[in-house]
Amino acid sequence: MKTFLKTPRRRATALATVVVTLGLVATAVVASTASGGRQDTVTLRVGLFGDFGYHDLYTKYEATHPNITIKEDIESYADHHANLAKHLAVGAGADDIESVEVGFIAQFKSQPNLFVNLKKLGAGSLQNQWLSWKWQQSIAPNGAQIGLGTDVGSLAICYRKDLFKRAGLPTDRAAVSKLWPTWQQYMAVGKRFEKHSPKGVSFFDSGSNVFNAIIGQLNPAYYDSHGKVIVGSNPKVKAAWNVTMQGVQSRESAGLAAFSNDWNTGYKKGTFATVTCPAWMMGYIQGQAPKTKGKWDIAAVPGGGGNWGGSFLTVPKQGSHTKEAYDLVKFLTSPASEAYIFKQTGNLPSQPALLKSKAVLGFKNPFFSNAPVGKIFGTSAMSLKKQILGPHQGDIQTAVSNAIQRVEQHKQSPASSWKQFLKDVKAVA
Amino acid sequence: MSEQTAVEAPIRGSSRSTIRSRLHRIDSRTAPYLYVSPFFVLFGAFGLFPLGYTAWVAMTNRTLLDPNWSYVGLDNFAALIHDSYFWNAVENTLAIFLISTIPQLLFALLLAYVLNTKLRARTFFRMFVLLPQVTSLVAVALIFTQLFSHDYGLVNYVLGLFGIHAVNWEAGRLSSWFALSVMVTWRWAGYNALIYLAAMQGIPDELYEAAAIDGAKPWRQFRHVTIPLLRPTIIFTVIVSTIGGLQLFTEPYLFEPLKQGATGGSARQYQTVVMYLYEKAFAGTQFNFGYAAAIGWALFLLIGVISLVNYLIVRRIRSAEA
Repeated sequence: MKTFLKTPRRRATALATVVVTLGLVATAVVASTASGGRQDTVTLRVGLFGDFGYHDLYTKYEATHPNITIKEDIESYADHHANLAKHLAVGAGADDIESVEVGFIAQFKSQPNLFVNLKKLGAGSLQNQWLSWKWQQSIAPNGAQIGLGTDVGSLAICYRKDLFKRAGLPTDRAAVSKLWPTWQQYMAVGKRFEKHSPKGVSFFDSGSNVFNAIIGQLNPAYYDSHGKVIVGSNPKVKAAWNVTMQGVQSRESAGLAAFSNDWNTGYKKGTFATVTCPAWMMGYIQGQAPKTKGKWDIAAVPGGGGNWGGSFLTVPKQGSHTKEAYDLVKFLTSPASEAYIFKQTGNLPSQPALLKSKAVLGFKNPFFSNAPVGKIFGTSAMSLKKQILGPHQGDIQTAVSNAIQRVEQHKQSPASSWKQFLKDVKAVA
Repeated sequence: MSEQTAVEAPIRGSSRSTIRSRLHRIDSRTAPYLYVSPFFVLFGAFGLFPLGYTAWVAMTNRTLLDPNWSYVGLDNFAALIHDSYFWNAVENTLAIFLISTIPQLLFALLLAYVLNTKLRARTFFRMFVLLPQVTSLVAVALIFTQLFSHDYGLVNYVLGLFGIHAVNWEAGRLSSWFALSVMVTWRWAGYNALIYLAAMQGIPDELYEAAAIDGAKPWRQFRHVTIPLLRPTIIFTVIVSTIGGLQLFTEPYLFEPLKQGATGGSARQYQTVVMYLYEKAFAGTQFNFGYAAAIGWALFLLIGVISLVNYLIVRRIRSAEA
């Protein structure tokens, strides 16, 4: 190198090359970081954990708001919420609008300072648009409203008509709904089913899905109104456990974990005859087992009422366009939008006006033998009582899923599994 | 020309040439350190600093979202010692480590021996054994999870052909350890075999000829010539396998049907130490960073102790000098 840079001329050339290269690099860096386009174009990012059916709505909104571009990010359910927590903690990286599912809303609303209080932007006047229990679910302890509701899960029982027929059970949905007004009777029907069931077919898919459905109908369930964990002392929770164990020990459960690969295959192969079904499960079943069209039907859920799932759209405070984001949230959760989404994906609106409307009540789903899904799910949603959710709801749910699976996998007796579950709950509470 | 001026400097005494020679001396003394500095700068930023910071976090009760936290000294470590789930994870990790590493290294040794003989298409086979190492870890874990599925997996299907009842691989303790060990062995046997092969090829043929003349059969040659000369390589692979095996995470994490909990099965039957760390830090709603940091440092100490133990065991192979 020293001999190459011998002459002053060569040294000057080398220096010039380096300066020019650095200059080009600097220009490129500056150009790429500068905000592209006109000064007033706003890009809003929406973070979701599944297909909410918003695509056409985005197009409509962009047409009426020419300075707004909308981009969607979709991640898996667990990743989406874990990443949201990390972005909130770090103070950067969250999208302008973040969806939060009801299983996580209690955790996030316990930190309301990380979200925009939508009441401050005028959401208070919209309160009556929603079911009152849905509106309450996203209200923080300090009274701030951190999200607007999208859909609700509601609850019913999806059952396979053909498997019921082979086991000698009635198949008409009114008759089936009459079979199980309570969960005890549901388990008794399961015993009847198992007597004559086709080989390898269980009555229900998973003990934890049944347990979670029963818990979804309780008030109070895991938490009392002061935010204390009452899992051990609430007799209704123990009763839910007992009736679930009844079914598990009568071998009515297929012992699957919800959303696992084996569970998905179970839909295709018909290894279980009933499954606790929120409204959004219809789309899921249609996606997993399209060949079973017409074999399914929907009956009322034992105990009436109940809710599994449903989401909210929140606006993290760290965003730079919170006002524009709130306007988009208002649009996406407006009655017109929710009615449109219901027709597209079957996601049940969270608004009483829509649930009582002819469009929803008259809607029938051909995949499920033309069941009047609007009426079935709508009735269930309207009759739900408000339920208190706590910040560690998800951990308690994981602990109980494991506890039920331990019994399903013959590793522990119900009594010892329950004892261990209570120990685990104490550790997280 | 620079050498010329350096020689002429004492005679001429011009300031330009003394600066030049001083710069030259600084250059030749500091250049080596500058050349290795990028590595150390990166290591300091991304290796050393996180190590120290984790030790600091381990002595607090920090969580992810809560801005209030305080110094708690060694409380996390004290809690760890009494935590039965932690010791369960240690037991699982050690068991999976032993089942996956010992047969794997023996198999790798055998593979290397075979690859060292006069096979046809030798190069092809040597490249072929490295293929499992190159595939994406996540893809491998997902596919093996499918193979070991209880109702629809290929392994149970093949067992069924022999009249063996379907095994619930994920639910059982030993069965889940076995399934995970299969994944690890499949991935690393070829890599270790090539390391042994490279070392074997460095053994001069005269030693084998001398042994053959003395009447040693191939097995005795292997035991008394190959293994002692391979001792440093064996020590290396044992230590690297120990460090990697005790940090096992991806395979058991993806083996679990319900990803949210990261509990390693309904009874924590295959939860490894890193999985327990992940559960405390990121899964669920706790985000208990202080406790997870303590688990991380406990793992560091555990790996150090076990590596030392393994080293002392393997050192007992009769050395080539003895």
